[in-house]
Amino acid sequence: MLGKLNWDAIPFDQPIPFAASLVVLVVLGAVAAFTFWKGWWPYLWREWVTSVDHKRLGVMYALLALVMLVRGFIDALMMRSQQALAAGGAQGYLPPEHYDQIFSAHGTIMIFFVGMPFVIGLMNFVVPLQLGVRDVAFPVLNSVSFWLTASGALLVNVSLFVGEFAHTGWLVYPPLSEIAYSPGVGVDYYLWALQISGAGSLMTGINFTTTILKLRAPGMGYSRMPIFCWTALSSNLLIVAAFPILTATFAMLLLDRYLGFHFFTNDGGGNPMMYVNLIWAWGHPEVYILVLPAFGVFSEVIATFSSKPLFGYRSMAAATLGICMLSFMVWLHHFFTMGAGADVNAFFGVMTMIIAVPTGVKVFNWLFTLYGGRVRFAPPLLWTLGFMCTFVIGGMTGVLLAIPPADFVLHNSLFLVAHFHNVIIGGVLFGAFAGYMYWFPKAFGFTLHEGLGKATFWCWLVGFYLAFMPLYALGLMGATRRMQHYAETEWRPMMLVAMAGALVILAGIALLVLQLFVSIRDRAKRRDTTGDPWNGRTLEWSIPSPPPPWNFSVLPQVQGVDAYWNMKQAGQLAARQAPYETIHVPRNSAVGVALAFFTSIGGFALVWHIWWLAIVCFVGLLVAALSHGWIIDREMAISPEQLAALDRERST
Amino acid sequence: MSLAENVRAPGNEGEVPFSQRGPAPIETVASFGFWLFLLSDVVMFSGLFAAYSVLADRTAGGPDGLRLFDRSYVLLETACLLFSSFTCGLCTLAIERRSVAATYFWALITFILGAAFLGLELSEFLRMIGEGASPTRSAFLSAFFTLVGTHGLHVTLGLVWLMAMMAQVATLGFLPIVVRRLFCFTLFWHALDIVWIGVFTIVYLGARW
Amino acid sequence: MSDHSHAEPAAQGRAPGASPSQRAGFLNYLVGLGFAIVLTLASFWAAGTDTVWQPAVPVLLAALAIAQMGVHVVFFFHLSTGPEQTNNFLALAFGVFVVGLVVFGSMLIMANLNANMPPMTMDQLMKMQR
Repeated sequence: MLGKLNWDAIPFDQPIPFAASLVVLVVLGAVAAFTFWKGWWPYLWREWVTSVDHKRLGVMYALLALVMLVRGFIDALMMRSQQALAAGGAQGYLPPEHYDQIFSAHGTIMIFFVGMPFVIGLMNFVVPLQLGVRDVAFPVLNSVSFWLTASGALLVNVSLFVGEFAHTGWLVYPPLSEIAYSPGVGVDYYLWALQISGAGSLMTGINFTTTILKLRAPGMGYSRMPIFCWTALSSNLLIVAAFPILTATFAMLLLDRYLGFHFFTNDGGGNPMMYVNLIWAWGHPEVYILVLPAFGVFSEVIATFSSKPLFGYRSMAAATLGICMLSFMVWLHHFFTMGAGADVNAFFGVMTMIIAVPTGVKVFNWLFTLYGGRVRFAPPLLWTLGFMCTFVIGGMTGVLLAIPPADFVLHNSLFLVAHFHNVIIGGVLFGAFAGYMYWFPKAFGFTLHEGLGKATFWCWLVGFYLAFMPLYALGLMGATRRMQHYAETEWRPMMLVAMAGALVILAGIALLVLQLFVSIRDRAKRRDTTGDPWNGRTLEWSIPSPPPPWNFSVLPQVQGVDAYWNMKQAGQLAARQAPYETIHVPRNSAVGVALAFFTSIGGFALVWHIWWLAIVCFVGLLVAALSHGWIIDREMAISPEQLAALDRERST
Repeated sequence: MSLAENVRAPGNEGEVPFSQRGPAPIETVASFGFWLFLLSDVVMFSGLFAAYSVLADRTAGGPDGLRLFDRSYVLLETACLLFSSFTCGLCTLAIERRSVAATYFWALITFILGAAFLGLELSEFLRMIGEGASPTRSAFLSAFFTLVGTHGLHVTLGLVWLMAMMAQVATLGFLPIVVRRLFCFTLFWHALDIVWIGVFTIVYLGARW
Repeated sequence: MSDHSHAEPAAQGRAPGASPSQRAGFLNYLVGLGFAIVLTLASFWAAGTDTVWQPAVPVLLAALAIAQMGVHVVFFFHLSTGPEQTNNFLALAFGVFVVGLVVFGSMLIMANLNANMPPMTMDQLMKMQR
């Protein structure tokens, strides 16, 4: 009746997950009760849960990312403290079976439920505004994407309370992840959660590629788009091309685990190396999916805060597309040591070094933009400058690792761990924070506290270097990744420095949260009525903050790059260039949350082999999708008179 | 409207590049989005093709393709699918003419041919499993059943979609949104035939050694 | 509303199959079917015949398959390289690029891996160390 599920699944005998689960349940319960008692549920349902507005979805994605950042960071603190303690003969406080789940969950959550949502959230909010249009190509699909991502995040977190997570690392390599060696539910939680959220990501890729290629304001040809839109286009093209490989590969592993197939098993002719090959054919484009929008954020921020147009627009766009293509030609560098031989390794090593070139072009263009500009050191620019130093170091260690003989020494060492955290934190996370602080006033109509913004930046910067530079040294000294304990006591001082760095980052996170609370508390004082607090250059700054649901009451006529800057120079701030016309705004839809409801329960059912429940949920998915097909009244009309009245109300 | 002004200003017709003419009409947006979905589906199949190509000789002492596959049977399946693509094209023409009767007729023929393809494929699978060549026997068979089976699953979903679309035509008529979805279905159906070309070439005709 | 796109110049180009050109009629599909039938029969013939030099058969099959896919793309998807279809064509090219890399890249990589790292017993594995 309940498949493999029984009371043993609850971790009564493991204090840490048990306590963590209790805390989370209590907090969730308190939030639910409080919001219900305040009568906010109808508002939340109407304005957020069933919203198909790209701006609302962007905020929800960012919120999901920040919450999951805390969960993933707690995992990091546990790992750092364990490694600070377990030197020589000491065992630390986390048994290996538990430690393995922690590093697996840490990686899975940070990549799939922090990195992806944060970057996708920024693209959601900004891209239609920068393109001068009213929404993305498929607003309801956009809502489905978000809710499927949230469903995946939910499943991964449920594994903390009920059952276990994978013990295999964040990419669940077979044969360890096969049913013979991972008979528990951990790998299944991972696979189903990521199949569900992967479907959501693929839909996002299709949605945004179509939006950027087919929906732009009149006059906005490709060479007049903001650079953030070019990087968003490349990132979404990569999603469309790479995520299906992940889907196929996970499907094959699921077939092995559930139906006894032999794709990657040790017996029956299976080949585990094929999994590694395919998963990295997805995995390498994935990191570019994450970092390209961050590069876009930096381009926007540097241009705005230098009060200069971005240097080398065409070479930036070309470099972005170059990175997009090349990212598909380097994936073997993740498994140089698996034994493909010198010829193959050499080819991919050289390709990996080549891909550093367009990135270098971008770095120089950013420097040349700053040079000669009137630079304002607001927090978004601080994150950008921090990125420039940090990412360059990380990129250089990447080029070191691209040399196969060097990689034979350093593969899976702490040097590798330091490298990828260097580029992901220095690149993706700093970019996400820069974008968050840059576009916050646009989203909410009030500014963030600047002092706290600078404080959190410095904590993150100092904390990052303290936490990860020792790891480079340790890697060169022979320390491997994923160690629950180690014999070499001489490594311990470095581990302690790394722990200190993690604590400084913790302070940074606390300041980030504090900044948000203080700014919300003081929002009346911090209100921005201009819609353009940074003296911006692109179209999103030309509309009120927060923007009306339809963004632009009249679509702007674009005549060049940095369209809003041109409008300001020509004195066209408040002028309306064309008369108001009736516009159509998509209605809310519950299909996203309905589908996520069935995927969450259905995923749980599949994990625990509760077949009848899985079938019921599959039918539910079909019914929800088909019902949506018969809803033909999808849009609401807003008359020209209404638009004029609302514009007058909001005008500054 | 500004778009119209942009385009119809005197002496300006046809000079404004496509990329500067403002947002595309919804038909273009919907079809292009679906085109991208089809390309993503093709990439997903390519992962399965890659796995098949790599594992094709890993028969673990069990039967291989040469022994198992019946080419004339596959030719029959191919004919069913190819003709169903043709009748789908005729259905497209009927939709463009907004002819309800012709749309139903050609959709029915397409459905029958698609169902025939599935029936043939299912019986082939059952025959193979009956002979002991089940997907759990070897990596080669796992890859075969998954690749060909996934294509068959797509055909099945396509038939379900076709039925839903005929229900929509019956209840809603040729509303613009229904017409867009019908065109997306035809794209899907043609794409499945393209994937099948890859399948029969690489899997069935390729099993010579 | 869908008739508009025939009259006005299409913003952002045409999507595949969206509003097939007025020339695409019954004849178009019939010709496409005809080509496809010929190419399919040719494939099945090529796989079974002895009259072609055997090592060339895979290449011939590949060429015939690509030709058949081309027939579908041109006659059933109405894809062309005209200025209205640039996005569609580039998207297809990108898709083909990725598929080629994944399939042929994987085959090459796995061939090298299988040659260098064949299934071994623990004895053989330990003997590899020097």
